[in-house]
Amino acid sequence: MNHIRKAFFSLFFPFFLLFSFSLGSNVNAQDGKALFNQKCASCHAIDKNLVGPALKGVEERWDDKSMLYDWVRNSAAVIKKGYPRAVAVYNEYNKVQMTAFPELKNEDIDAILGYINTGGAKAAAAATDVPAGGSPESKAAEDDSNLLYGILTIILAVIAMILLQVNSNLSKMSEEAEGNAVAEPVPFYRNKAYIAIFAILLFLGGGYMTFQGAQNLGRSKNYQPEQPIYYSHTVHAGINQINCLYCHGGAQESKHANIPSVNVCMNCHMGINEYAKGPQLYREDGSKVDGTAEIQKLYKYAGWDPAKKLYTGKGQAIEWVRIHNLPDHVYFNHAQHVTAGKQQCQTCHGEIQKMGEVYQYSDLSMGWCINCHRESKVQFTDNKFYSIYEQFHEDMKNKKLDSVTVEKIGGTECQKCHY
Amino acid sequence: MAERNVKNATINNYDNPTTVMKHKKYWQSYGELKGSDAHQERVQDEFGEDLVSAPRRDFLKYLGFSTAAAAVAASCEMPIKKSIPYLNKPDSITPGVANYYATTYVMDGEAVPVVAKVRDGRPIKVEGNDLSSITMGGTSARVQASVLGLYDTARLRFPLAGGKEVSTFDAFDKMVGEAMAGIGGKSVVLLTETITSVTTKNVIAGFLSKYPGSRHVQYDAVSYASILNANAISFGKRAIPSYHFDKASTIVSLGADFLGTWLSPIEFSRQYAAGRRIDQNNPQMSKHIQFESKLSLTGANADDRYVIRPTELGAVALNLYAALGGNVTAPALSDERLKKGIQQAAQSLKASGASSLVVGARANAEVQLVVNAINQLLGAYGTTINWGTTINSAQGDDAAMVQLVQDMNDGKVGAVLIHGVNPAYDYFDAKKFESGLAKVAVSVSFNDKEDETSVLCKFQIPDHHFLESWGDAEPKSGYLSFLQPTIAPLFQTRPFQTSLMKWSGDATANYGDYFKQYWLKYFGSQAAWDKALQDGVVETPAAVSGGTYSAAGLTETVAKINSNKPGTGKDIVLYTKIAIGSGKEANNPWLQEMPDPITKATWDNYAVISFATAKELGITVDDNYEVEVAKPVVKITVSGKEIKLPVLVIPGMHKDTIAIALGYGRSEKAGKAAAGVGQNMFPLVSFDGTLFHYAAQNATIEKTNESFKLAYTQTHNQYEGRDEVVREFSLSDFKAHPTKLKDDRHKLVEDYAKNTGDYRAEGTLYPNYPYPGAKWGMSIDLNTCTGCGACTVACTAENNVAVVGKSEVLRAHEMHWLRIDRYFATFRDDSGNDNLDDLNVVFMPMLCQHCDNAPCENVCPVNATNHSSEGLNQMTYNRCIGTRYCANNCPYKVRRFNWADYMGADSFPDNQRGKLDDSVMMMNDDLTRMVLNPDVTVRSRGVIEKCSFCVQRLQEGKLKAKKENRPLETGANGKWDIKTACQQACPTNAIVFGNVNDENSPVSKIRNEEQTNRVFYSLEQLHVLPGVSYLAKIRNTDRHVGVQEESH
Repeated sequence: MNHIRKAFFSLFFPFFLLFSFSLGSNVNAQDGKALFNQKCASCHAIDKNLVGPALKGVEERWDDKSMLYDWVRNSAAVIKKGYPRAVAVYNEYNKVQMTAFPELKNEDIDAILGYINTGGAKAAAAATDVPAGGSPESKAAEDDSNLLYGILTIILAVIAMILLQVNSNLSKMSEEAEGNAVAEPVPFYRNKAYIAIFAILLFLGGGYMTFQGAQNLGRSKNYQPEQPIYYSHTVHAGINQINCLYCHGGAQESKHANIPSVNVCMNCHMGINEYAKGPQLYREDGSKVDGTAEIQKLYKYAGWDPAKKLYTGKGQAIEWVRIHNLPDHVYFNHAQHVTAGKQQCQTCHGEIQKMGEVYQYSDLSMGWCINCHRESKVQFTDNKFYSIYEQFHEDMKNKKLDSVTVEKIGGTECQKCHY
Repeated sequence: MAERNVKNATINNYDNPTTVMKHKKYWQSYGELKGSDAHQERVQDEFGEDLVSAPRRDFLKYLGFSTAAAAVAASCEMPIKKSIPYLNKPDSITPGVANYYATTYVMDGEAVPVVAKVRDGRPIKVEGNDLSSITMGGTSARVQASVLGLYDTARLRFPLAGGKEVSTFDAFDKMVGEAMAGIGGKSVVLLTETITSVTTKNVIAGFLSKYPGSRHVQYDAVSYASILNANAISFGKRAIPSYHFDKASTIVSLGADFLGTWLSPIEFSRQYAAGRRIDQNNPQMSKHIQFESKLSLTGANADDRYVIRPTELGAVALNLYAALGGNVTAPALSDERLKKGIQQAAQSLKASGASSLVVGARANAEVQLVVNAINQLLGAYGTTINWGTTINSAQGDDAAMVQLVQDMNDGKVGAVLIHGVNPAYDYFDAKKFESGLAKVAVSVSFNDKEDETSVLCKFQIPDHHFLESWGDAEPKSGYLSFLQPTIAPLFQTRPFQTSLMKWSGDATANYGDYFKQYWLKYFGSQAAWDKALQDGVVETPAAVSGGTYSAAGLTETVAKINSNKPGTGKDIVLYTKIAIGSGKEANNPWLQEMPDPITKATWDNYAVISFATAKELGITVDDNYEVEVAKPVVKITVSGKEIKLPVLVIPGMHKDTIAIALGYGRSEKAGKAAAGVGQNMFPLVSFDGTLFHYAAQNATIEKTNESFKLAYTQTHNQYEGRDEVVREFSLSDFKAHPTKLKDDRHKLVEDYAKNTGDYRAEGTLYPNYPYPGAKWGMSIDLNTCTGCGACTVACTAENNVAVVGKSEVLRAHEMHWLRIDRYFATFRDDSGNDNLDDLNVVFMPMLCQHCDNAPCENVCPVNATNHSSEGLNQMTYNRCIGTRYCANNCPYKVRRFNWADYMGADSFPDNQRGKLDDSVMMMNDDLTRMVLNPDVTVRSRGVIEKCSFCVQRLQEGKLKAKKENRPLETGANGKWDIKTACQQACPTNAIVFGNVNDENSPVSKIRNEEQTNRVFYSLEQLHVLPGVSYLAKIRNTDRHVGVQEESH
């Protein structure tokens, strides 16, 4: 027994050790990566100059490591001391003071440096391969089956007609064989019964199509206009996992979600000046998108000179093409749905994180709104606003009611949206 | 009822002076009073429109055409819309969320602290500033409408020199500088309205010091110089003390319209309402007696009201002084009713002692001197009148203005700089002013429009609108109120203070900077200054003081009044309307279309005459009088001037008085809404050597064969004789039978709900629906409602209510969601005659009652109007097909139909030009449309609309509470998430809105605890279950009030 245990240990212990070590260093690198993304990434990249210099090989460039620690925590003090490397960097980068991070300890900075030395390259390669652009494929499938059913119906109808014709011919022949006088048959296109059936079908079908067409006149589901800049939600919300509300903050407090102003874009894009690591992006027509060129367009709008890293002051607002349009007599409030109703953006906008250029996912029709209001539950017990609905709370307590839908509190009444 | 003497009155009663009163009748028009056939016909024909009857073929043609047109229009491509975000979004702005900035409405010297609602960079609504102890958040119609003035298409958009545009301010400054250098030693005069701003006064002083011999003249078109001059004699101070109507138990007004147009009406309305609010357990209220010649808003609210000839005002004042024990001889009065009234007033004043208040019209200094003596005698100084704080809004000096015009004509003035005044229009001798102005070498106007005066000036450099300005005001001493810009200047305009500073030699000066530095220094720290600017008001009132009264001048005054002989002909009284005032804001369609509280007329001025005068002239005030919109035109001749005006016959006028409003008859350049509306009456003003007189004597009046169409609204929406709409009691009756109204209402239960006692459920076949969450309700106190009309305009501004123009008001197409019904109440005697002299006036704001059992809802064929689970009577415009069945079936007549495309929703621009008035087209200008509330749908032709209880505010308030994860506040403990626009605008808090399911909300408390004896629902017997409750009007009078049989 003892023997076996020994063997087990001698055999597996190194592996175990190795595993825990690798786990340990992994944690370290993770910390470094997280810290890097949190503190450094908005101004620095590992292998290229942004607002600040590329950080690859930073340890070699700073011969006094304690100075480097101090620099990160408070660069102004180091410059004041006159440390030559610090002064040189400061002058080289337009005398823009680096943000001080007094909260970072030496170990933290080591972790970041460790990530820079080792993990950086890997991280770039590890970007997930997500197909750019997304189009609703299920829709095509649905269309196919509709076509199939249509063809089948027509074939069956033709067979039925032929059989009926055959039947009448046979009966005519049998009557003739028996010697009975038979009237000359009416051709089917003059048969009143057929004409009546045809007319009714035409009326119903035509009416249905007219009605559908009229109803869809003001709707624009799947509307996907070309925008002045190819902005990919896949890259931003999908791959980089940027919270929707970072850019569309209005959704929390206003009726409008708001398209972000250009300065919000520049918060990140002051640093991120090229699209290099992500997957190749394609437009709807299949043409390739040069991500870096699109970022350059942004700079032009923002009035940002990427070479000097300065604003020229000659900015210009971006004229995005509006996709989601509601008629003027509809009042819609994002805050009501996002903050009070705790709805996900995707409920109405579809899988926006997988869209290259955005298209309109829902038809935004009144029926679509009402259906959701019938089914969705309000935050009845979580939000104290609803405390005034005493009867419903009582009913819930007595198990007469298991949840309260939007409709139950008047969410399908006219003046919730029309006033 | 022994002291009731009215039945013996010999003054202008209707037909037979010696009949006995029997019934009280509430009526809105003479036709209704008489029950005339024409009136009945009018009532039946509700919309006043001919039915369009098309033959079947025509109908099919139209149908075919419109289907084809719709198909063609619909197959057009959908337009591409752009979303353009900010380049750099300012921190404080979230598109779609309104910001509020405290600022101050400044006009004609009046300064009202307000809060401007700014949505996406555009000010769209002005509310009162709750932090001001003067207004307590109250506003007036003019304040509410002021935001529209910002987007006035007639504003001058750039500086002009000699009528030509000057491209830069620098070039303009250079031209003015050169011109000013050439005036030699002649004086420079700055002519302005009353200025209450400390910093502006400093700037003016700085400017004047640069030009030796220069002076500043303050001129008010409607002047209070009589009161100022009298106070200078009595108190040695040319100023006006502050008044406290809330502390007065007896108020006697000698012609002062303090609730409408006298000094500080918002403040006074609020104070007045405090004395009129009734505690039903201990019913007490102030007593208000009015002596006046024309029926004013204040007179309409008075408990007792006596009509006098304008020239008798001094005599009445002296008689009152004598009756109070003043040692003077008063001229004898012939009118018995008036004499009795004076005795009663004296008794009441004596009983109230120091808590009495007597106020006088701005007629002449003599009246004010006697009023001062009366207040001194009563001891009112120090209690109801405070000399520690003065009202600064009227400082104009009539004599100085007349002197200036003389100097100008004499060639003594080298330069005149004009700000905020328009003497070429409103000076009594405008011709002389114009000829004088022509002789002045340098004339500069800072006015915002090319008005009558500006076009005559060589230089015009428009000032900012107040919503674009920095500034300060001090409406009452010690009460500061600040202005801050709520929008960047729309046009190439510049503060006139900046101009003055630059022209004083400081080329880099900027008033905004000076203003900020001045107040920063004053407040000592940035934080304190920021807070002051954020709050908008800073109040450091001085101690209450009674002033030092001296009886100087009283003896001469008494002699003068005694020697006055009343004139022989008719007297003309020139008054200002609550909406139009002196006419500066005449180009504001909201104000023009607001019905005058008394006459209910819009868009014009006219001669208001008494019933007796009408009879003299042979104008039959009967059957067709109100039904026909064309009114007879009279020719009035006074002191060599001849005017022709249409007449309106109004009860409560003195028989020899003709009242005409000022502020009309503006020139073409004042704007499309002002031009050609009414006639200018300022030429009838006279000057007696020290004061302007807004009256004229010995006028003759004669009827012409012409007629003129007047657009007035009171006959438009009729209740078909159901006069239980309104309830009124006298204070003594209410004290004697406090539960009278409650008992009356209980009879409904006995009649219709015998089994369960639940009138609501049993009185109908329809089911009784639950209201699980909030249930909205409104309470309107008829006792504190003064009828001022602020709510009407506030509603218009909040809800994008259309302006329809005069031609459409004539056809009863006005769109106001909230109207104020004016009722006259008179007694009818046994022989069927009505005494128009013993008149009560009741105002009743009428809006959609949001009936829980609404008659409109069950007649709509397309379910476009239905009920919500929160008790709202919902109107869905895009579902409405315009059958108007709902309007037909509404007992309150509050549903308005869009007969034309008033809001410019038509896809073809200018499609309505020529069909609708220019003023309506002006409202649809791109500039003016910036005032629209983006949260409220703009209605198009062919749909019905009506009050929505400001549903957009309800939704916003609810969302606010949801976001903050807390229950809704509807007024319990003074916390409000929601106030309707009318409620917020009301200067007297007569309107209370809230959740009636919340037992702590004020509206619930009023209905169920505090005012159970006064609550009534209009036309409750119809079982429509209105969501609006009213509180009965109580009058503190011995006369008979309310509908009741009188026992003799």
